[in-house]
Amino acid sequence: MPCKSLEILVGLFVSLCIAALFFLALQVSNYSDLQDNGSYTVNAHFENVGGLKSKALVSMAGVPIGRVTEISFDSDNYDALVKIRIDARYNNLPSDTSASILTSGLLGDKYIGLTPGGLDEFLQEGDNIELTQSALVLERLISQFLFNSADDDK
Amino acid sequence: MLLFYNLIFLCYTMISIRNLTFSRGNRKIFDNISLDIMPHKITAIMGPSGTGKTTLLKLIAGQLRPDSGTLLVDQKNVHQLSRTELYKLRKKMGMLFQSGALLTDMSVYDNIAFPIREHTQLPESMIRTLVLMKLNAVGLRGARDLMPSELSGGMARRVAMARALALDPEMIMFDEPFTGQDPISLGVLVKLIKKLNQTLHLSSIVVSHNVVETASIADYIYLISEGKVAGQGTPEELNTTKSDWVQQFMQGKADGPVPFHYPAQDINSDLLSNNAKL
Amino acid sequence: MNFFQSIGHSSLKFLAKLGRSSLFFSAILTGFGYTLSRPGLLIKQLYNIGVLTFWLIAISGLFVGMVLGLQGVYTLSTFGAESSLGIMVAASLVRELGPVVSALLFAGRAGSALTAEIGLMKATEQLSAMEMMAIDPLKYIIAPRFFAGFISLPLLAALFSAIGILGGYLAGVELLNVDSGSYWSQMQGAIDFHDDIINGVIKSIIFAWLVSWIALFEGYDAVPTASGISRATTRTVVTSAFAILLFDFLLTALMFGAS
Repeated sequence: MPCKSLEILVGLFVSLCIAALFFLALQVSNYSDLQDNGSYTVNAHFENVGGLKSKALVSMAGVPIGRVTEISFDSDNYDALVKIRIDARYNNLPSDTSASILTSGLLGDKYIGLTPGGLDEFLQEGDNIELTQSALVLERLISQFLFNSADDDK
Repeated sequence: MLLFYNLIFLCYTMISIRNLTFSRGNRKIFDNISLDIMPHKITAIMGPSGTGKTTLLKLIAGQLRPDSGTLLVDQKNVHQLSRTELYKLRKKMGMLFQSGALLTDMSVYDNIAFPIREHTQLPESMIRTLVLMKLNAVGLRGARDLMPSELSGGMARRVAMARALALDPEMIMFDEPFTGQDPISLGVLVKLIKKLNQTLHLSSIVVSHNVVETASIADYIYLISEGKVAGQGTPEELNTTKSDWVQQFMQGKADGPVPFHYPAQDINSDLLSNNAKL
Repeated sequence: MNFFQSIGHSSLKFLAKLGRSSLFFSAILTGFGYTLSRPGLLIKQLYNIGVLTFWLIAISGLFVGMVLGLQGVYTLSTFGAESSLGIMVAASLVRELGPVVSALLFAGRAGSALTAEIGLMKATEQLSAMEMMAIDPLKYIIAPRFFAGFISLPLLAALFSAIGILGGYLAGVELLNVDSGSYWSQMQGAIDFHDDIINGVIKSIIFAWLVSWIALFEGYDAVPTASGISRATTRTVVTSAFAILLFDFLLTALMFGAS
């Protein structure tokens, strides 16, 4: 019963709106990052993660190569266990790669920066990153600075 | 013996209403009312405005539920039917609403084709034939492409009549078909109701307060007032009945058992009272 | 005493209405199969409800986005954080403004029209006439309109957010020279597909259900007179607005409150 132009208009409307939805997914959100084209997970123990949150960026040489998937407290070692998912494309990271928690800008988000080591073996699924550097906690830095300067005065 | 007689009687009536009571709020619209409607006849239900004549049609169609009493249509108790059975029964009923109640977003043609399309799998060519025949019966075959908003009141009622006939019902109910019509449309409608009843062997119920037109075509008339049947019989019987009320209604007298004045205190004391707000 | 009586009276009335509307809704659900078997009816209503609301939503989305862009730059520039404009625009649109504002506009444009249409059909006895023709108006009239509304609003909300983000880009990047790269990259870094986009879509689906239900019920339940229909139309807009904002609070608390 409904005429053809009606159907065309409705068709246009629906496809435009679905295009908008795709735009939101692909251009606005991290949907394309979530597309699992293979990845592997490594663990890292940190003495203190500071304000690191799950889904934080993991980068090497400033290029994002993965994300933090889980942060938990390790009751055996009394430190933080961070699981890092790294894109399968980057499967040749040396096994003595070190990780440190950094801040983007002065007030920006915390992220993990990886620095490559020199071994020929590569990190595998489930491996541990041995060399880690905790987040810089501002209060501790300041107290350390004050303590040191007090020492110097003596 | 009495039971046997009742059975024959039941089979013979199209609609049989027994001891029906219906109230809206605290007001009793029908108080223990009983009436019968015979097949292939025109039965008129008449009474002053506001006596619930339209309500009676809605009760017959199962759109409203009575407080007590039974209502048999085609020997089925309307208010005990399941929804599917009720809808099946309604396909045998046609109803002409006071306003016509045409679907405003469809043309005249589609309005009449609508129930046929919904209830049958007929091919479009056959539907066209049926629709044009129904429209021809009410004399509006030429108006098939008009929209309901372009029709006059009388024409809308005739289209609604064609639509009510679309599914070839056994009975048809007319709700105030004559109200607010000019003399020509009135004549057309009176003639149509009579003609359709004869040619299609319909059982017709006409609800109206237009005495002259209704009496001219009705086979049997029920007069309803204050929730009761105030008088019944053929038009001739009613015209010669002795009841003052029936005479007042049938002749259209201004005063009688139904007073001209709304109940009020005596006029002299009313006018002379000091309660007037100055 | 009268005071308590009136409270009792209105709460009983409210409960009765809630009951009637629930029955009404379950009747709509039984019409789902019928609507699917009649795509023609659904398409007609998608046009009436969705396509005719399209321009309103598109243009409002553009302007809301542009205003967000301008205000965002003015506020963020005091912290020197204009590069975060993309996050601000996208997060507020995708999480809140997209679903809520488009639902409010939808209630005003399509909801009120639905109530008036159904109320008028009731007043002119078209619904009764259908029942007399043994055609269930809940299936033929109400159900297609409900599902058309239910489909349209989430789509319109997505459109609103997308156009709003482009509007923010126009105002922030083209007009006020925020860096284009940081607008998009910061946005992509901060907006999560599951937490933000999907939750926003879920919100708009729930609003679509609310508004379509309220609008159709108010029309169906309207007193069939001119003043009755106008009151029902007003009630549709007011009740929808209340329901949208209340549910927005509840949903936001559920979705974003926990983390």
